[in-house]
Parts: sequence; structure tokens; C-alpha cells
Amino acid sequence: MSIGIEALGEFGMLQIIGILFAVFALSRAVLRYKDHSIKTNELVFWTVIWGGVICVAIFPSIFVTLSKFLGIGRGVDTLIYTGMIILFYLLFRMYVKVEAQQREMTKLVREIAIQNPVQKKQK
Amino acid sequence: MQQKEKKEQQNDSIWIVIAGYNEEKRIGTVILDLKKNNYHNIVVVDDGSKDRTSESAADAGAIVLRHVINRGQGAALKTGMDFAVKNNAEIIVTFDADGQHHAEEIPRLTSPIINGEVDACLGSRFLDTSSNVSWHRKVVLKGGAWIIWLFYGIRLTDSHNGFRAIKKEAVQKLEFKADRMEHASEIVEQIGKQNVRYKEIPVTITYTDYSVQKGQSSLAAFGILWNMIKSKVLK
Repeated sequence: MSIGIEALGEFGMLQIIGILFAVFALSRAVLRYKDHSIKTNELVFWTVIWGGVICVAIFPSIFVTLSKFLGIGRGVDTLIYTGMIILFYLLFRMYVKVEAQQREMTKLVREIAIQNPVQKKQK
Repeated sequence: MQQKEKKEQQNDSIWIVIAGYNEEKRIGTVILDLKKNNYHNIVVVDDGSKDRTSESAADAGAIVLRHVINRGQGAALKTGMDFAVKNNAEIIVTFDADGQHHAEEIPRLTSPIINGEVDACLGSRFLDTSSNVSWHRKVVLKGGAWIIWLFYGIRLTDSHNGFRAIKKEAVQKLEFKADRMEHASEIVEQIGKQNVRYKEIPVTITYTDYSVQKGQSSLAAFGILWNMIKSKVLK
């Protein structure tokens, strides 16, 4: 049994690591859902992502088929492209969130300032 | 005598809003100069300065509002304007903290509003030749004015001039979102959108070594442009 991408046909070390990691990540998402720190739609999103990773790890041939369908040369390339798209999406979401948070912070700072004016008595 | 009283009364409804970030050296002089010109309602918004800006401003007799952390000039001016409106200001004048603007020129900006001619006056350093503007700054500011025209359809001779006077009713109409330097363009955008009657007035900007060192570099314009595009796209 060889290790690495070449072993996609068999059950390689990489696949086992992939599955273990995805299961771990999925359990984290479920735990965070349970303590209400993420919403249902976020749980669904992460379940789809990590479920997808598990599927691909068990049946790597999915990617070969998908690559042929999309006209991309190799399965690994499709994997990288998909990963990049997901990462960009997450980055964008994070960006929007940070901007919103900045605005909230400004609102708070301004409110505190307006409520506490300082004026010295002039001699 | 009566005229003087009337003038004083008018000045009481005029509020000067100054945003200051690390301006302890100059802010006192600027406030005293405003007071000498009979403006008594002066709000300084200390935008999270690391020096004694708040203390200097309060010592000079201004009302000080303090941003706990730095949020940018736009946010600071907005805080000051809100406070002034809450305290029954009729006209709000925005003024720079570094001594670039001249308190004697405030009536130039306020009288067209008092006369009911317009609702906002925007200072322009290019309507006469009294400002000592360097060539690269001129290119950037003129380019900025051109971009404002392209973005918002308003023709100005100057961009990013912090010397303005706006009527209370107009201030209440404006919706500000930008926290950082692009707020200057945003004010112009909002003036256009809300159909505020405005006019450009020649003002003198005196660049001193201090104000140049404290102020924005001409290169900062690219950052402002980027933020303008961003807010246009993400809106």
C-alpha cells in the first residue's frame, strides 16, 4: 500500500487522515451548533463541506469522473480548484463580517463619546 | 451695538466641529483663535489620541468628546455633528485641528446659509490663489474632484477640503457610513443624493510644516479611492 495521491485507488494513509480530520472537524461543528455559537445554516454548510471531504476520501474516483465531466485534466486539479473556490467564498464572508463588525464598533465608540462630554469651567 | 448683539446671537447657533487625532500641539491655539472670533460652541472630538489632545482642547475651552479608540476622521466628525445637532446648533462648521483653516473666514461660509441662499457651503482652495498648494497635491485634489464628478455627478473645484458649513436640517438628511478619510467624498455624495443646495466658497488653506507633516500624504489618495470603489460595489 503506497502513500500519497497515487494511491487514490486503494485505501491509502492520506485517505484515512482525511476521513479522521473531516470527522473531527464535523464533530466540532456539531458541538458549536449545540452550544448555539453557530446557526443551523452554518451547520448545514459545514456538514456539506466535511461530508463531501469524507465522500471523496472514500471514493476518490468521484473526482476523476468529475474532472472528465468538467474537462479538467486530473482529479487532483479539480480538488485544488474546488478548494480554492471554497476558500475564496469563506474569505469574502469573513471580509463582509469584519466590515459589519467595524461599523458596529464605530457606533459604540461614538455613542460612548456623545454620552460623556467633557467641559472645563472657564476662569 | 445692536448689530454686534445680533452677530453674537448668530454665532451662538453656529457650532464648530473639530476632529483631532494626536493634535495636542496645535489644537489649543486653534480653539483660542476661534474664540477670539466669537465662536463659543466648539466641539472637539478626540479620535482616540495617544497624546494630551483632550486635555489641551478642554483647557482651551472646548467641549471634548472622546472616542475610546481611533475610528477615523469621518466617524469623529459625525460624532461631533450629532452632538451639535442634539444641542440645537443651527449651522455646523467643520474645521481642521492643525491650523490650516482661518477662523476669520467662517462668515464667508455661514452667511450664504444664514441668508437662505444655500444649505451647505464647501470650502475650495482653488477658487482664488491665496493657498500655497504644492503641484503634486494639486494634481491629486483636482483628480479627486474629477473622480467625484465621475462617481457622484457633482462638479467641484476642490476635493477633500475639510472646511465646510452645513445647515442643521441638511446634516440630519445626510446618511454617513464611511469612517475613514473617504468620508469627505461621502459628504459630497450625500449632498448630491439628498438634493442639498450647496455652493463652493473660496477659502485659504495654509500649509505649514506642521500641517503637512501631520496631514495626509498625496499617496493616501489611492487608499481613499479604493475605499470609495469598495463602498460603491458593496453597497
